[in-house]
Amino acid sequence: MKININKRQKTMIKKRVIPGFGISIGITITFLTLIVLIPISSIAIYVSGISLNEFIEIITDKQVVSGYKVSFFCALIAALINAIFGTILAWVLVRYEFIGKRVLDGLIELPFALPTAVAGITLTSLYSDKGWIGSIFAEAGIQIAYTKIGIIIAMIFIGIPFVVRSIQPVLEKMDTQYEEAATMLGANGHRIFFKVILPEIFPAMLTGFGLALARGIGEYGSVVFIAGNMPYKTQIAPLLIMTKLEQFKYADATAIALVMLVASFIILLLINMIQSYVNKITNN
Amino acid sequence: MIKKRFLVMSLTLVFATGVLTACASSKESINDSNTVEITNVSYDPTREFYESYNNEFNTYWKEKTGQEVIVTQSHGGSGKQARSVVEGNEADVVTLALAHDITLIEEAGLINEGWINEFKENSAPYTSTIVFLVRKGNPENIKDWNDLVRDGVEVITPNPKSSGGARWNFLSAWAYADNLYNGDENKIKQFVSKLYKNVIVLDSGARGATTTFVENGQGDVLIGWENEAYLSVKEHPEEFEIISPSISVLAEPSVAVVDEVAEKNNTTEVANEYIKYLYSDKAQRLAGENYYRPSNKTILQEFENVFDLNINMIKIEDFGGWSKANKDFFEDEAIFDQIYSQ
Amino acid sequence: MKNNATKNILISISILFITIMLVIPLIAVIIYSLQDGIEAYKIAIFDKYTIKALQLTLLATVSAVVINTFFGIFAAWIITKFSFRGKHFLTTLIDIPFAISPVIAGLIYILVFGRTGWAYDFLQAYDIKIVFAVPGIILATIFVTFPFVSREIIPVLNAQGKDEEEAAALMGASGFKIFTKITLPHIKWALLYGIILCTARAMGEFGAVSVLSGHLRGKTNTLPLHIEMLYNEFQLSSAFAVSSILVIMAVIILILRTIVEYKGKKAGE
Repeated sequence: MKININKRQKTMIKKRVIPGFGISIGITITFLTLIVLIPISSIAIYVSGISLNEFIEIITDKQVVSGYKVSFFCALIAALINAIFGTILAWVLVRYEFIGKRVLDGLIELPFALPTAVAGITLTSLYSDKGWIGSIFAEAGIQIAYTKIGIIIAMIFIGIPFVVRSIQPVLEKMDTQYEEAATMLGANGHRIFFKVILPEIFPAMLTGFGLALARGIGEYGSVVFIAGNMPYKTQIAPLLIMTKLEQFKYADATAIALVMLVASFIILLLINMIQSYVNKITNN
Repeated sequence: MIKKRFLVMSLTLVFATGVLTACASSKESINDSNTVEITNVSYDPTREFYESYNNEFNTYWKEKTGQEVIVTQSHGGSGKQARSVVEGNEADVVTLALAHDITLIEEAGLINEGWINEFKENSAPYTSTIVFLVRKGNPENIKDWNDLVRDGVEVITPNPKSSGGARWNFLSAWAYADNLYNGDENKIKQFVSKLYKNVIVLDSGARGATTTFVENGQGDVLIGWENEAYLSVKEHPEEFEIISPSISVLAEPSVAVVDEVAEKNNTTEVANEYIKYLYSDKAQRLAGENYYRPSNKTILQEFENVFDLNINMIKIEDFGGWSKANKDFFEDEAIFDQIYSQ
Repeated sequence: MKNNATKNILISISILFITIMLVIPLIAVIIYSLQDGIEAYKIAIFDKYTIKALQLTLLATVSAVVINTFFGIFAAWIITKFSFRGKHFLTTLIDIPFAISPVIAGLIYILVFGRTGWAYDFLQAYDIKIVFAVPGIILATIFVTFPFVSREIIPVLNAQGKDEEEAAALMGASGFKIFTKITLPHIKWALLYGIILCTARAMGEFGAVSVLSGHLRGKTNTLPLHIEMLYNEFQLSSAFAVSSILVIMAVIILILRTIVEYKGKKAGE
């Protein structure tokens, strides 16, 4: 058995032509452990303090389940919208020249720089039925703030940079030659996009989508103001965590958090796997 | 060679950052006997009051001992602040919204038992109550709690589960209905249930609820703290007015010395005096000016044209204390949850 | 002709989207911040606690950027240039900070270093304070921005493949040389974006820091926390005035980036 592993390692090392494996993996794992893994393990420690039955009871509580649903549903819609508009934005920013492009480009990070609470308060004031944007929709009978639509808007806001900035570098690196060649061969714009460009940027798009999704699921500060927070309707899961903490129920809070963490982890893992699969195809 | 140098460089960098941050944090303890530093962990809208009070206290203490007092303030949601003290935020004194929050710190072993009798008036130098904030002219003609259950009246109040202070809002309504229906629990529940059905936005905290009502124009009536309602009226005098219901609560924002921390920091004396001085005439007037009701009855009378002194005020003891009230009403699956799961 | 039409449509969509989602909120922030006049704005900005908060925010941001860039480059290198078991797992572990609600991100440090945490006694013995002090704030900021740099570089390195590096390695170039001569030129824009994202996010971080800061004014209040406190104190316009500092900082970053990009592209020509 032992010999087998050694053999395997040897073949792997042989394949590694590029130097720096040892130091890189060392640094990566050290940092990861210190900053992420050790603190995260405290969640597991706290959750292990409660019995399985209690754990199941906490995470399947009606309010908690509805909180998960609201968070996941809204984050999914927001991430989809961001994936579409983010791709368009990245494309426009990389490929076209027009007045005000620089300004547009610079605005992308704004959602990160604004503290989430400021974003939440501002968005709520804009999208409530008395606000600049909300009042327009209110006339059409659509209420935005204090509904799921409001939550989605806040999640779109905080997720924009992820998608745009994931795709942009890839597009910038991408050679326009392929497209030119394709155009010369008579392919129309539509075809070029789906056959040439999309496969190239798809992994990046997926990354952006996944990150925006994960961020949306966990988002608290900006969403809580616009959500309305009605139990079973617009109450998000992170708010329930806060509620549990308010009652000093650390184990309950960490149990809910653990479920969200595992779910997000699976989503990101799947995305990473799809990504490398796509990479293999395109690289071969 | 280069690889090694790079490694060394990078490790040095990490180390340097670590040292730097450690230095930045190393307590700027001033050993100078002419200054003493204390930390006051307080709750949300007390900043202006304590800013003036800290100046007053500094003058007073300097006269008495010749020492300069530097007070570091911390403000946030009362429940969160209490939790941070339990988790290691080193406060010499706490001045929080609910006695319950201080009890939690006591239970963690940081404050000695019996703190509530350590200072006058249940260790509450000022009090407050729950009132209604309505739009100017009171278009919905809201006078008392029973107006809030009328069809079509839109109510704004925070969620009592995520906001400790908002538990008072719930309990006031409950007390009113209790009085109205002579303790018939089913009817009381129906009343409160109906009231919460009229709530259109259930913010996570008191400040959020005020913004929803004041800045974003939602709802007809906000149930909130008297002092916060006054702040809103002060800011927008043309837009809002305050209505006092017939029954409300006597909320006693409590204060205490965090014994363990004060002993460790050698600040027990100054911390005790800091709280005692809150009961001085000067500090009491300062509280009144900041829309807290002074607990000194004579000074409270000076503010009779500000505060409605005829509200029938119930206390938390009428609900059997905070622990019982929390268990009966706000725990998971308790009465508040039942209202929404119906 | 047709290409032009697509171009115009796409540009219009982008501008519309950005206007609704970003520009209008930005304008709203500025209008709110000037609500009480320029004088009130100045007072809010030059308040001594605002300045202290700004210093702390800068310290946390710089620390986060330095550490995450350093880490991010190594992590991206290992993930894109080598095949090994558990690679997807490692990649996803790095992403974890994205997947965690900021509230929990703060809480986990409390559970480790706080009074009830398992490392507390040890820290007490050496009189080290982590949570409710500056190191905790820095740690939390590093945590929430942990994956930013690596995340930005990885897609580019993946798209690039590893042929060039392998060739260089076979010719006997050292790791450091390969990195600076071959890899770095490829990833410089992605690295720049990563650093910018990291900076912006670190500046604005609220949730995680709020949990473990203790909100000690002048000591552990960052700008976002200071803003929240002002807001809770019914000082809406001051709160927005201080927020505008963050917007201005974002603008400064934008200008710096434009300069770097301009110089870089000019040099590349």
